[in-house]
Amino acid sequence: MKNHVLRPLWVAIAFVALILLARYVMVPRDFGVQGDSFTFNFHRAGNVDEWKNMPAVAYLGGETCVECHDEQGAALEDSPHVIIQCENCHGPGRDHPETENPATMTIDRSRGLCLRCHADLGYENSSRADLPGINPEEHNIDTQCVQCHNPHTAEFKEDA
Amino acid sequence: MSCSRRTLLKNTVKGAIVASLPISAFRLLSPAELKAAIGDEKVRWGFVVDTTKCVGCGFCVKACKKENEIPYDAPITRTWVERYVVTRDEKVHADSPMGARDGFTSARIDEETMESGGEHTAEIEPAEIAKAFFVPKLCNQCEKPACVQVCPVGATYQTADGVVLIDRTWCIGCGYCVMACPYGVRFFHPKYKVADKCNFCYHRISKGLKTACVQACPFGARQIGNLRDPDDPVTQTIMNERVSVLKDEYGTKPQVFYLGLDYTVK
Ligand code: HEC
Ligand code: HEC
Ligand code: HEC
Ligand code: HEC
Repeated sequence: MKNHVLRPLWVAIAFVALILLARYVMVPRDFGVQGDSFTFNFHRAGNVDEWKNMPAVAYLGGETCVECHDEQGAALEDSPHVIIQCENCHGPGRDHPETENPATMTIDRSRGLCLRCHADLGYENSSRADLPGINPEEHNIDTQCVQCHNPHTAEFKEDA
Repeated sequence: MSCSRRTLLKNTVKGAIVASLPISAFRLLSPAELKAAIGDEKVRWGFVVDTTKCVGCGFCVKACKKENEIPYDAPITRTWVERYVVTRDEKVHADSPMGARDGFTSARIDEETMESGGEHTAEIEPAEIAKAFFVPKLCNQCEKPACVQVCPVGATYQTADGVVLIDRTWCIGCGYCVMACPYGVRFFHPKYKVADKCNFCYHRISKGLKTACVQACPFGARQIGNLRDPDDPVTQTIMNERVSVLKDEYGTKPQVFYLGLDYTVK
């Protein structure tokens, strides 16, 4: 056959080879069907372990906190607030125990924090109604709840 | 070359049989592949939400966003809580302000905050309320996830223990999965520019911890457990109590089971 016929053929073959090479280089070795289903298990196997370590655990749990803060731990223990995790009110404790840096924790004295549970919405048949409720627009407005109530014991503050 | 009608028909049938034999019929499975195929995993994660216990404090949403580093003030979240108020004239009002990140502290209902729409804000008199309740939502980790089916690049998938994950290095951000999920749990992560959603805190459950939302819930409204363990409290609840799932008619087989789910919940 004449050369001018073959030349485009070589170009086409080279083009396909290039695509196959690029595919070989770019698709990770562990990419493929990892279980029984092409539809649901077709992925890069290494990603599962990546998610096992990402992100770093932020919420440590109340047991960690009371190792050092036994005062607050004891206060909470005999109070109805014992069901609330420290970190719900103080934010995630990641890095705090190592650094013992109080600045990594937040102290939220806003009314909003307490109103999450104690705002009386009037929903008689929901479990919100089982909590002691107040009307946020009437109950000592413009004053922080913790001026009068101790957030840990849920009792009145002595000096209030 | 001559060909009788008989040989042509014979060869056609033979050819069709051979062509319909998949190559995989001749493949030998390795023991590991076989194990994966019959699902002989020790763990299969499942979730139970007891809506009767939820008071709508939203600590689960706050914990989830901080634990999983979801931009706190952006209107996106991996889990959220919806409030439903059904009035005596059988109207349903629902809202979820900022996904209930800050809980429900006011009786005013802002229906614009629901994904399903609604326009007005409603101030409902307590006397008009027939029933009101809170419904926490999260990814259902479906057994037949519609979101995974539509992914064109194999970036989202189901793990052997039943959790649907997204490969952030592989996702191209086309958004098919966001549209395909019947529950609206997927969104775009503005930082990584990929699809994102709840993954049962995979980094926590694989270390033996509870998910951030389960740990944060003061009332035990959320539980995670191993469905392969018959003694697990979650398995016990699903086996012995009257549970339901969201949007069963889609056939996605959700692995998040609800106690006390009202028919008005969508
Ligand atoms: C290794 C010991 C240790 C652990 C564990 C620990 N803390 Fe602390 N924490 C400290 C020290 C030390 C301070 C600083 C002294 C102080 O202000 O009382 C502090 C301060 C604080 C403060 C006060 C911040 C301020 O501005 O005054 C809060 C709130 C707090 N911690 C919450 C927590 C919570 C919640 C946890 C659990 C996640 C926790 N801590 C775990 C040692 C610890
Ligand atoms: C209901 C929310 C809530 C919970 C739960 C809670 N705290 Fe607090 N905590 C507060 C508030 C609000 C303050 C600020 C009190 C004030 O200004 O009088 C505070 C103050 C503190 C302080 C500063 C010193 C003090 O006592 O005023 C520490 C330390 C602390 N909390 C630790 C903890 C630990 C540890 C736990 C868990 C065992 C915990 N808190 C649980 C709301 C909470
Ligand atoms: C997660 C929900 C939740 C949050 C947030 C919360 N509480 Fe409570 N609170 C409770 C529960 C539950 C009880 C106990 C109800 C019972 O006795 O059955 C309670 C009880 C109380 C009581 C006692 C009421 C009585 O009748 O004796 C006071 C006072 C109180 N809380 C104040 C606060 C304050 C102040 C804050 C904010 C720092 C706060 N609570 C935040 C759940 C919450
Ligand atoms: C100026 C002090 C003061 C402030 C500020 C204050 N309270 Fe009270 N609170 C009281 C007193 C006094 C009572 C008991 C008498 C009553 O029921 O009004 C009480 C009662 C309560 C009760 C119990 C109601 C019941 O039915 O048993 C709750 C719950 C409560 N407060 C929550 C809060 C919350 C939440 C805030 C912040 C939004 C707050 N309080 C702010 C003084 C205060």
